[in-house]
Amino acid sequence: MAGRAQPVSAVPGIGVAAAIAALILGSILAVALRAEAGRGFSAADWAAVRFTITQAALSAVFSVALAVPVARALARRVFWGRRVLITLLGAPFILPVIVAVLGLLEVFGRNGWVSGLLGLAGLEPINIYGLHGVVLAHVFFNLPLATRLILQGWHDIPAERFRLAAQLGCGPGEIWSLLERPMLMRTVPGAAMIIFAICLTSFAVALTLGGGPRATTVELAIYQAFRFDFDLSRAALLSCVQIALAGAAALVALRVTRLDGFGGGLDRAVQRWDAKTAWLLWQDRIVIAAAAAFLLLPLAAIVLSGLGGVSLLPMSVIEATVTSLVVALGSTALLVLIAVPLALSLALRPRGGLELVGLLGLVASPLVIGTGLFIVINPVTDPFALALPVTALVNAVMALPFALRALVPGARDVIASYGRLGLSLNMQGGAFLRLVVLRRLRPQIGFAAGLAAALSMGDLGIIALFADPERATLPLQMYRLMGAYQMEAAAAAGLILMVLSLALFWLFDRGGRIHAGA
Amino acid sequence: MKYLAFAAGVLSVSAAWADTPELTVYTYDSFVADWGPGPAIEEAFEATCACDLKFVAAGDGAALLARIKLEGARSDADIVLGLDTNLTQAARETDLFAPHGMVVDYDLPIPMSDPLFVAYDWGYFAFVHNADLDAPSNFRALGESDLKIVIQDPRSSTPGLGLLMWVKAAYGDEAPTIWEGLADNVLTVTKGWSEAYGLFLEGEADMVLSYTTSPAYHLIAEDDASKKAAAFEEGHYMQIEVAGKLASSDQPELADQFLEFMVTDAFQSVIPTTNWMYPAVTPEDGLPEGFETLITPRNALLVTAEDAPAIRDEALAEWLDALSQ
Repeated sequence: MAGRAQPVSAVPGIGVAAAIAALILGSILAVALRAEAGRGFSAADWAAVRFTITQAALSAVFSVALAVPVARALARRVFWGRRVLITLLGAPFILPVIVAVLGLLEVFGRNGWVSGLLGLAGLEPINIYGLHGVVLAHVFFNLPLATRLILQGWHDIPAERFRLAAQLGCGPGEIWSLLERPMLMRTVPGAAMIIFAICLTSFAVALTLGGGPRATTVELAIYQAFRFDFDLSRAALLSCVQIALAGAAALVALRVTRLDGFGGGLDRAVQRWDAKTAWLLWQDRIVIAAAAAFLLLPLAAIVLSGLGGVSLLPMSVIEATVTSLVVALGSTALLVLIAVPLALSLALRPRGGLELVGLLGLVASPLVIGTGLFIVINPVTDPFALALPVTALVNAVMALPFALRALVPGARDVIASYGRLGLSLNMQGGAFLRLVVLRRLRPQIGFAAGLAAALSMGDLGIIALFADPERATLPLQMYRLMGAYQMEAAAAAGLILMVLSLALFWLFDRGGRIHAGA
Repeated sequence: MKYLAFAAGVLSVSAAWADTPELTVYTYDSFVADWGPGPAIEEAFEATCACDLKFVAAGDGAALLARIKLEGARSDADIVLGLDTNLTQAARETDLFAPHGMVVDYDLPIPMSDPLFVAYDWGYFAFVHNADLDAPSNFRALGESDLKIVIQDPRSSTPGLGLLMWVKAAYGDEAPTIWEGLADNVLTVTKGWSEAYGLFLEGEADMVLSYTTSPAYHLIAEDDASKKAAAFEEGHYMQIEVAGKLASSDQPELADQFLEFMVTDAFQSVIPTTNWMYPAVTPEDGLPEGFETLITPRNALLVTAEDAPAIRDEALAEWLDALSQ
């Protein structure tokens, strides 16, 4: 495509990418430059790298493998409550780790519901601690994201294709090989890469459910370097290792991804004549019910334990809630501003290193980024004064990879289908952006904005380094309550967090889809 | 022009008004929580100091020290509150702290005097369990039992480090054997105290590493006598929490005033039922009702601040070795 005239320019996106790279790499550099001691790479660090890769790869494979049937079932069925179910399924992804883990343990723990049932049947309780526990938790966190990304792929297939396939008498098998498999080929590697990258930075989950020091991840090694040894150069080095691992995953994913789109359609509602057999109907019902049970039971446990503490909540939780909402909305606005130009650039120059820039925010250690920003900001101005804007910015950068996964395929189709029309109408730059891109991509932008808002609500990363008591976010306030033995109030704060995150996600996602018929 | 001079005059007067001296205290997260000591102490001190006391929370004790090292002499902090004796040597080596010049008559199980740091509370680490459990009375018995314990990772948590020091202080060179015995009892290791205590309350484990004072929380705040701390014959490792004044403070007198206030009744009486630790100087009214039900270890263990860094590194290596098998 390079060299041919395009209605939009790749330059703003490249500028955005450069700014993000400067932000992340600059903060790592700042940490490295402040380094005092130095203790190269040890055998324990290599063990941490191996464990990190193993658990992240397994988590990505299982999440995506399970997400494909779930997304397919959801894509071909229309039923009452489908939209609510899809939104609810997104909840685990945005929960603070500790809330989600306690919810999971309520169901799968030694003292949990499943073990209780097994006990009634005279069987041993299940043991959730170990690598399988880590993978289970990561699938719980990431299956919803994988499902949504892949479901987005299904929605990106124009309804006309299914209509045409039905007219030509295609059965489920032909639909699979003509439409669904090519679509999966271009969505699955990206989704798997994202989840691999998310799981790379896992540390509280891996530690809590991994069972002990064997479950040391690179992120924990960074923590140790920083907190235990105050060895900043090592923290920066390990942070680079983490980024390199994600970069390698991104390269693999790009290599196996096919980039052709499906072309434009008229956005008619999709009807699936192929899926009307009773066998497929039951298959889909069972898949949806199983996924719903796996994801919703722990959420139900969180709701049950949270309701009891609602009356115990102090005023500060309400203040923290307002703070979190402000940060989340600011972060969402920022995300849309950086994600749309970047997605257009990626659509125009598919094989650039831009994709990696999108991943940076996700895989850079929040501890190192926070510390780096602190080092940079501290001589200039009071870091506490900037705590909330910095949190909003870093959260937006963190949400970027998810936004790109949702936006890029759509952006590619828009440019392929409407680019020449736009040029022939002499519609370029801002006009094309406003009249074509933003309108065509509205559902994807809504989804990305919803994810950004929800993720930002649940994030604990940067604020913990900058916070003063008056300006805590909701997740931080929750941890403080736990530290003061207020487990019930903390559970209630966790419940509020979950409800608000879901509500934000729903509002943005719904807003993007009004009149879109999907 | 006259108006401008007038406006400038008004502004400078109001600026002087607003110039209440501000004392900034860096501390750990749970200290500033609503149920923590922070709010009550802020109110009590501001009533005496004609100043604005500002708490800044930064994770836990280890994070506090990292923060101070990062900021160096440029720090806004006047006081750092929440280091423990495992960290004071490293804090001393930063040369950022100034002597306090106080002589305090502490009510601690062991003598304490440190020219740089003033103790404000202390506690014993202990394994907390449900009252109906027949708890072991030493580390060897625990290692031989089938009981499941949750502990914290020493690399990310202060209590986790405390347990390493406990085993090391009690068993010295035999510590690796003790850890080998404990390896199959460790259900899991968590990032911090909150996660571990949450798992215990969910019923995942039989015991959790916490403090001998944890049962007092349940008894006094929740009227729940179902939690106990297991008394270990080896003795219990102590955590003494301290505060120090930064040499770079722009409010040195106010900082001294705060350190002195810290060992008075107004501060100390808040500690037992907010921070759930023992006060460093027992208040005139004694400890709150309920504290008499707690176990009193026969033997208080503590590695001296000077030895702590070397023992810490050795203990971590032994711990990693035993639990990674």
